[in-house]
Amino acid sequence: MTATLTRPELPTALVEGLDDPVVEGSVKPKELVIVAESGDLERTWATTILASTAAAGEMKVSIFFTFWGLFALVRPEVRITGTNWMQKMLAMMNRPGIDHAKLSKLNFVGMGPWMMKKLAKQYGVAEPRELLEMAQALGVRLIPCQMSMDMMGISADQLIDGVEPAVGAAAALELMTNADASLFI
Amino acid sequence: MTVTDSIAKTLDARNLSCPLPIVKTALAIKELASGQLIEVLATDPGSTKDFAAWATTTGHALVESSVDGKVFRYVLRKK
Repeated sequence: MTATLTRPELPTALVEGLDDPVVEGSVKPKELVIVAESGDLERTWATTILASTAAAGEMKVSIFFTFWGLFALVRPEVRITGTNWMQKMLAMMNRPGIDHAKLSKLNFVGMGPWMMKKLAKQYGVAEPRELLEMAQALGVRLIPCQMSMDMMGISADQLIDGVEPAVGAAAALELMTNADASLFI
Repeated sequence: MTVTDSIAKTLDARNLSCPLPIVKTALAIKELASGQLIEVLATDPGSTKDFAAWATTTGHALVESSVDGKVFRYVLRKK
């Protein structure tokens, strides 16, 4: 009696790369994913500080912008976004653009952010827009959420240069599960 | 020891707060060739630990970390 032994099928992802030569000194870069959900000034600040610092440390960084967080990617000259009155109303009550983010507390009709930015300048702290630009220069991927764009009536041409095509929740989750750290801000 | 010879680039990061000295250094070092030296001047007291940690993370060599009064000086050799 003979038994036939077959080699178990390995998933291609496991087999691929097995024979790749090991490059001396090369290590897989750490990956960070940030889900930027909030459009609040202090949270946008945290997102841009962490993203730029991680990219400076040669981590692969992706930021997924969703809900109010998406407004940070709207071009500064775009005043009102949306195609119907509700979307336009939302943009009127909450002006898009990273320079127009409000504080979640102590906003006082813009007095809070004005003082924060004044203090930031005094103490040599970069503003979120500046940090976002540096993050982009260091290769941080900016990925908008398709659903948020649709729901708020924001078109791709209203977003700043260098933003990647919009994706959905499944693609964002895939990024997060493959990353070494993911943050929801 | 003060490293002065063959500094390819100087970055003035004085009066800048975290994370600007590191982020600006990361941007500036991209312009250099491997082996070239960059000098960074900073006043952020946290920068001493930041530059040591950043050099370890990225593999660039921190060849000098010194302080003169309130100004910190870092010299890094690009990997």
